[in-house]
Formats: sequence, structure tokens, C-alpha cells
Amino acid sequence: MEYIPIKDYFHIFVLIPNPQLMNFDRIKEKLTILADAAKYDVSCSSSGSKRTNKNKGLGDSSGMGICHTYTEDGRCVSLLKILLTNHCIFDCAYCVTRRSNDIKRAAFKVQEVVDLTIQFYRRNYIEGLFLSSGIFKDADYTMERLVQVAKKLREEENFNGYIHLKSIPGASDELMRAAGLYADRLSVNIEIPSEKGLKLLAPEKNRADFIKPMQKVTSEIIKYNNEKKLIKSTPIYAPAGQSTQMIIGASGETDAEVMYTSAYFYKKFNLKRVYYSGYVPVRTDTILPAIGTDVPILRENRLYQTDWLLRFYGFDVRELLNKEHPNLDTDIDPKLSWALRNLQHFPVDINSASKGMLARIPGVGMKSVSKILNARKFRKLNWEHLKAIGIASNRAKYFITCDSRIFESKDRTAAQIKGLILQESNSKFSTTYSNQLNLFAAAEKPLLA
Amino acid sequence: MKTILTYDATFEGFLSCVFYAFEYKLLGARIRKSSDAADNFFDEIIFVTSEENKASRVWKGLAKYASTEGKNAIFKAFLSELADIEDSLFHYIKHVFVERNKASQCIKNYSDPHILKIAQTVKKVGREKHRMDAFVRFKLTKEELYFATIAPDFNVLPLNAKHFKNRYADQKWMIYDLKRNYGIYYDLFKVVTVTLTLDSNISAASCQDTFFTEEELQFQELWQQYFKSTTIESRKNMKLHLQHVPRRYWKYLSEKALI
Repeated sequence: MEYIPIKDYFHIFVLIPNPQLMNFDRIKEKLTILADAAKYDVSCSSSGSKRTNKNKGLGDSSGMGICHTYTEDGRCVSLLKILLTNHCIFDCAYCVTRRSNDIKRAAFKVQEVVDLTIQFYRRNYIEGLFLSSGIFKDADYTMERLVQVAKKLREEENFNGYIHLKSIPGASDELMRAAGLYADRLSVNIEIPSEKGLKLLAPEKNRADFIKPMQKVTSEIIKYNNEKKLIKSTPIYAPAGQSTQMIIGASGETDAEVMYTSAYFYKKFNLKRVYYSGYVPVRTDTILPAIGTDVPILRENRLYQTDWLLRFYGFDVRELLNKEHPNLDTDIDPKLSWALRNLQHFPVDINSASKGMLARIPGVGMKSVSKILNARKFRKLNWEHLKAIGIASNRAKYFITCDSRIFESKDRTAAQIKGLILQESNSKFSTTYSNQLNLFAAAEKPLLA
Repeated sequence: MKTILTYDATFEGFLSCVFYAFEYKLLGARIRKSSDAADNFFDEIIFVTSEENKASRVWKGLAKYASTEGKNAIFKAFLSELADIEDSLFHYIKHVFVERNKASQCIKNYSDPHILKIAQTVKKVGREKHRMDAFVRFKLTKEELYFATIAPDFNVLPLNAKHFKNRYADQKWMIYDLKRNYGIYYDLFKVVTVTLTLDSNISAASCQDTFFTEEELQFQELWQQYFKSTTIESRKNMKLHLQHVPRRYWKYLSEKALI
């Protein structure tokens, strides 16, 4: 009789049960670690792709983006946002997964990410996958794994949902070309708005490595758009374009520096979005804001407002931020702040002004602009109409005239107008920017207690 | 004395009322769901039976004179089921049939309060439709059916069908509106409307394993874990969270419901 070591029997037994059930606890642990590590990436957009359902497969990402739920910090959850691994060879000061940080490390297998994505998608939890990764071994080795996941989803699972891949800084052109064939969006985070900041916080990285994959993708998209005109069957390349992200408040840049960088990237690389992420303190260090420092949420908000003014309202970044005004006002929004510096353009007549000028009125958004343009074809608009349409008249009233005899006729200075607006409005951020209010709140507390 | 035309709460019924009003020159009449109009001494109430050919004549007329946008707006605003939305719709429809060839732009006349009301209602209904695209949570039953229950503010299921059909072309699914007691079911070929007698235990936490596979419950747990891990504690903002995910939807969301 032959002797069979008990270990082999054991091996057979382990393999037979459903692997799904076997790995469940381990998968859950990995998901916990790798979702936690990926959460500082702000981008969650799932719109802008043109990928339709093919051959009765799974998924469709041709419509508008969908936020399936919102986390308790109020951010949208649209994609399964995870890292492939949080092992990383770099030691960037601002990053949780930096080499020197003592945290739990984990890594997904390619197939595990594919299964999770498909199962979550089938249950209508997500619009698709956002896959990023710590850099293990080297850039190309990491990028290759990311591309493998996307390829498997598209080719083996016939998955037509949204895929957002991170371009790993320094990845080769061939891999970036392959990535774009499977992904809807590619992004590389430049993280630190200025080069001097990057030197300080991530001395192992250099700007050129970020730019290289971005440049490749930009040129591939241009190439695709040209070829598409001649050959209809050209395989689609990154239909939802590129985006990037900057960390705000980690390296001491002014708002002007941040927005000029952003405007440069929009122009140079045709980016779809630049995201601004208020720095969340992750370490005790002298070069970075300490743990417990508030996340600069108000500043983030003002930067996004400026970003919108650049992309949708026809503003030039030099009008909003320049040598005289290197930082945005905290107490009022950037459009109002611009209007107060340029009172010579106002008041604007709602019933005759151009679209461009309507868009520059504080308190009037692009939705209202389009409603006004349509409605004024039928009749001259008065205050009642404008209020019903939904403009913020508490700000707008100082800058417009309409079909009414009642309007702000006094010639006020910018400071007076600002004072009046602040008096009448109540910002949810008021405690953040008004020190005076903070003092009162602090003084009142002991009295109430 | 006012005339009130009542109907059976269906879209055809409503369009039949419009037909009736034009036929008998009752253009000053009001249109109400029969359940909303109470008998009283002051008004004359006429119940109009829903007739498909009359309804489709009105609909064809609208297709001809109102723009596609206007026609869609009528249907969407109707799905809001608001008590007096018929007034605004009837006002607009009368306008379309008076102006005829010049009516295609009328739906953009936002200075008319009725039209603004329609536009705002369309917006609300559209938002709820979009919310259902997002908030449906399929659970895989033991019969291999992806099943979800919802209770939307407005009757938006007819608007959702196309989205889900395009997306989940390779799986059988059903979305059931508990509030209005009907659902849509996709059998891998087409979407049909169904009415069921649902087991009252289907939503009960204790009976999940009778209806759903073990794997299903594990994926729900993974999803809940993902939801938890992806929150940034130092940015916690429950007010904003509630604004986006109002509490009335929680019981249908597997990441918020307690299992």
C-alpha cells in the first residue's frame, strides 16, 4: 500500500467548495483596506462616454452619469473606486499609502476586481470601475495590471459600463495606447500645483513623468477624432477624455497659482475636468498641516466656482485672479467679486443683454440665462418673472434693470453693495470665514452650559 | 357653477377629458381624477369614460402642433400625479390647439405661470426618475431573477424601463413599485408591466435567506462595507448626505437598510 501524505487529501478538500464562499472574508478585508486607500481620489464622474450596449451584453454608459448613493461626507458614489494594491515604492509626504507609513497592505488579484465589478454592476450599485494603484515594482508593471483588468472586463465579460483607469506616472506609450482602448476615462493626478511644492513633498517624482502619459493620451484622442472622420469603424479611444486632480492647502500655493495651472492643463491637454481636493491631514510632520487641522472645504468650494466660471461662463482666468488679486475672496463668490471690481459693466438690461453678459450677472446661473433668453422672446420680463425663473435676486438686483420702474437706482460703491449683500444673506460658511462670529460663539458657549 | 370633468386617473382618461371638453365646448371646465373630485351642490361633475381612439386623436394632434419637447412635457408632468396639474396641462393644451402652427415654441414661454409650473413639475419628475435609475438595488432571488422594490414620489416607472432594458440586457429583472402596486419585468426580450401579490415578508430582514441566495447576502455585505470604507470621517457632513439620500428612500437601499 502506498503512503499518501495527509496534506494532499487536505489540498483536494480545500479546492472543491465554491471559491466565492471560501474567499469571502478575505475579499471583504481587502475591499476594506483598498477602498479606504482610494477614497482621497475625488473624481467620481461616470458621464461623457458614448459606449452603448453591444450584442446584448452587460451595461451601457451612453447616458448621463448616475450617483448611486452618497457617503456620509456627502460625496457621490458612482464607481467602485479601489486600488489594485496599496503597496507602493514611493514615499510622497501627502499620501496615506506612502512607503514609510505603517499601515495594513493588501493586493487584489485581477480576477477578483473583475468579479466584484460585475457583481456590483448587476445589482445596480455602481456605474462601473475606477481603478487606481500604488506603484509596485515599476510604472509599466503596475500599468499593465490595470490594463489587464479593463481588458478582461471588456473582452471576457462583454462589459459596457464605465471604466476609469489611473495613468501611472512614467508608464510607456504602448501601455497608454492599450489603456485607452478599454477605458472610458484616463487620469493622472498632478497632485501638487507647483513644481517647487512637488520637490518638497515628493522628491522622488518629477513633473515630466506626470505629463508624459497625459500627452500620449491627448495625442491619441486627437488622432482618434481625425481617423473617425475617415474610417467609421476606428476603435473608440478614451471616449470620456482625461482628468486630473490637485491637492489644495498642502504646499502653500496661492489660488492664482492653482487656477493658472488648472487653466494651462485645460488648454494644453483638453482635460474634461480638473478636481481640487482639500488636503486631509494624514501625518504628523512639520512640512504639512498637522492632523486635526480642518480640511479647507470653503477654499475648495471657491476654486470649483472659479473652475465653473472658466468652463461654462466665458470668463478668462486673468479676469478672476491676477497680481492684484492672487487669492479668491472667502466671504463672497468669485463672480460677485469680479462684478464688484468691474461695476462699469453694470447695470445690465435683462431684456436686451447678450448671452455672454447675462452669464456675468452675479446670482444668475446658466440655467436661468437660458430660461431668460427663451422667455424674453414672448414678452418683456419683470421682477416677478425673474424671481419665478429662479435667479438669486438678493445679489442680482444691484446689477440689473428689467421691465419695471422699481430698481436699485442709487449709485453705490462696491463696498456698499458688498455690505448690503452680506447683511441680507446667510451663508452656510459664515462661521468659517467670520472670526468675529467665532468669538461670539466661543463666548456664548459657557453661558449656555 | 363650474363644470368638472372627472376621469379614471389614467393618461388616456385625461386625454379623453380633453377631447370631451373640446367636443362640447366646455373649455372653462376643470379636469380632475374621479378620486379627487367630491360631489357638492355648486359644481356639475361629469365622469368621462376613457376611450382609446379619442385619446389617441388628441395625442396625434399634440404630436403635430406641439414640439416633441412639449409633448413629452405633458406626459412627464402628468406622471407627477399632483392634484391640480391637470389645470396647467389643460391650459397649455388649449393654447397649442388655438395657436396651432405657431405653438411649437409655447412650451418655452416661462413667463406664463402654467407653463412655468409644467416646466418645474417636469424637472421634479425627471429628478425622481433619475433617482430611481440610481436607487434601485437588485437582489438576486433563488429563481435567478434580479428583483428590486421601490416606492417613488411620482409614478416614474414608465420612464425608467428603457434605461434598465438597455443596461441589463443579459439578465432577467423586475422592478416593483410598492406604492402603486405594479412593476416592470424584463424577460430577456421585452419589458412588460406586471401586477403581483407579493409575499409580505419579502422586505423583512429575518426572511432574506428564504428568497435570496447566500451569495446575494454576501454581496450586500460587501457593498455595505465598501460604503463604509469609502467615507472620509474628517469631512463628515450628514446634512449634505441627507439632502442627497433622503431618509424616505433608505429602506430600499441595501447600504442604508439594516440587515
